[in-house]
Amino acid sequence: MNLHEYQARTLLKAAGIPMLDGDVASTPTEAETIARRLGGKVVIKAQVHSGGRGKAGGVKLARNAAEALDHATEILGMEIKGLTVHKVLVVPAADIAGESYLGLIMDRESQRPVFMVSSAGGVDIEEVAAKTPEKILRLPVDPTYGLLPHQALALGFALYRDFTQVKAAARIMEQLYSVFTANGCSLAEINPLVTTPAGQVLALDAKIVIDDNELFWRPDLGLMRDDSAEEPSEAAARRANLSFIKLEGNVGCVVNGAGLAMATMDLVKYYGGEPANFLDIGGSSSPEKVINALKIITADPSVKAILFNIFGGITRTDDVANGIVAATRQFKVKVPIVIRLTGTNEAEAIRILEGVGMPALSDMDEAVQRVVQLARKAA
Amino acid sequence: MSIFVDRNTRLVVQGITGREGAFHARQMLEYGTAVFAGVTPGKGGQKFENRVPVFNTVADAVAETRANCAIIYVPPMAAAGAIFEAVDAGIPLVVCITEGIPVMHMSRVMPFVRSRGARLIGPNCPGLITPGESKVGIIPGNICSPGRVGLVSRSGTLTYEVVNQLTRNGIGQSTCVGIGGDPIIGTNFIDCLAAFQDDPATEAIVMIGEIGGTDEQQAAAFVKERVTKPVIGFIAGQTAPKGRRMGHAGAIISGSSGTAEEKLSAFERAGIDIMRRPADVVALLEKRLGALSKS
Repeated sequence: MNLHEYQARTLLKAAGIPMLDGDVASTPTEAETIARRLGGKVVIKAQVHSGGRGKAGGVKLARNAAEALDHATEILGMEIKGLTVHKVLVVPAADIAGESYLGLIMDRESQRPVFMVSSAGGVDIEEVAAKTPEKILRLPVDPTYGLLPHQALALGFALYRDFTQVKAAARIMEQLYSVFTANGCSLAEINPLVTTPAGQVLALDAKIVIDDNELFWRPDLGLMRDDSAEEPSEAAARRANLSFIKLEGNVGCVVNGAGLAMATMDLVKYYGGEPANFLDIGGSSSPEKVINALKIITADPSVKAILFNIFGGITRTDDVANGIVAATRQFKVKVPIVIRLTGTNEAEAIRILEGVGMPALSDMDEAVQRVVQLARKAA
Repeated sequence: MSIFVDRNTRLVVQGITGREGAFHARQMLEYGTAVFAGVTPGKGGQKFENRVPVFNTVADAVAETRANCAIIYVPPMAAAGAIFEAVDAGIPLVVCITEGIPVMHMSRVMPFVRSRGARLIGPNCPGLITPGESKVGIIPGNICSPGRVGLVSRSGTLTYEVVNQLTRNGIGQSTCVGIGGDPIIGTNFIDCLAAFQDDPATEAIVMIGEIGGTDEQQAAAFVKERVTKPVIGFIAGQTAPKGRRMGHAGAIISGSSGTAEEKLSAFERAGIDIMRRPADVVALLEKRLGALSKS
């Protein structure tokens, strides 16, 4: 789960990481009020779950409260990479003497949290990483012991010469590590970490991604989820416990298992079609899940045909068949459905579907070819 | 021969009285897996299906039954604890089916597993099967058949699809391993490739990957260097959209975007035959192995 910058700031501030004052606004007048309270120049920053906000025009400098109102009016409601801006963060414009990069990520390869710091911070950090990887210090942390004091200092020395700044940075490392572990993060990033002309070390921007698997036992973190920042059909699918991503094509796909779902999309494309979505109904698929899946897919007017591809392992194919029958009784599905199912309780599933005149195929390639053909005919 | 599990595998099922655990314990017994014990704290002394003794702890189960492999079907919040327990009891091979374990938990589990010299398969995986000998996990036994092709995969149902293609076309398997799709897993592609390379009963290897991460690229480099047996590869997610990525750390640490193209070209460079679709596995194997592949 991605957090907005303003939410990430709350977590970092609570841990004691030095940041500028600032607040979040949903309307231009709110932004104006915050700007007036802060006084002086402020920056208006779009709060969307996407990188490249600045390049998309979602970050603007305002010299005073009146300009803050104008910029907020412009930014609120704008689209950045397909996401609508519903909130802006208003923060004082900082005087910057130097920019660094500071990231902490759960690394697949070393299987532990890894710090990455570089004194070459800012928006082009990936270019730095690609061209001059030696400018980035990586430090894996053994989670059994946590970030040790000498490691935190080493990270500080990698960024600064001035010992006061080194110590300030080391403290920020420790605070960031505690935010990371206390909130089950998979990513916590401060970019840039700046020094002011007065020598203070400050976190200017923050990104936090929380491991979705933590949310089950940390409902407090789940409260930070912003449904309005997601594609509406994707938010609906998540509430129905389905894993769903909307795409541009016209072949709706309902599959069990993420790998098979991706392979199904690939095969749709292989036979000349375009998938309308990725949808994984998961392992134990009750008939309700199938009904919800069909509701979400048929709500998309560009879908011209629907493919079920179910390989029953834990999933009982008769559950899926019952779901399809129940769904088509509940609401009229106007587009053709092609069903491929095989595996657990397959004979029963075929009997259920034949009872309502829906034939089931057992071969994946055959099913995909048929659904692509049907979608093409309808388009 | 086979890798990791065979007819000498003596299994203890953690969570045997739970819904999932009980269902799959029955399936494994039916398949012929040597299920020696079950563990559910507080239910020690009971008998599962009137034949498998249930213990309060894995240590008790090991002391009584000399179990040498554990499978875990416990809920996500208790799963990391269950892995610690199995390893602490001296079990050398632990298979964790549970989906949804926080990655932070796994980052604490893995140093412990390694320090004890144990092997973990999973989590969030379908387990493994040596057809005709031992099924440890949830891979449907009826789609597998004994033979000489080793299969390793990050996926669950996609594995079944490919195994099914093999069996329907008369190509048997030495061992099929689902390594799991989580960011931190106990056994990766390279571990399995090395084991298949060393297994005299395996003549060819099928490797099924996905987009994301760099495991497949590293596996490809390993194949080029160390694997002399034919390897057939597939990458799911070739048409997946590029995500709206947050932050830079992911790209910095892996130096990669984890795309299908990147993985496929790594396969090509390593001389791995590429399946464009799951059904291609049959023709590619037959080409590389000829009639030998038939069991």
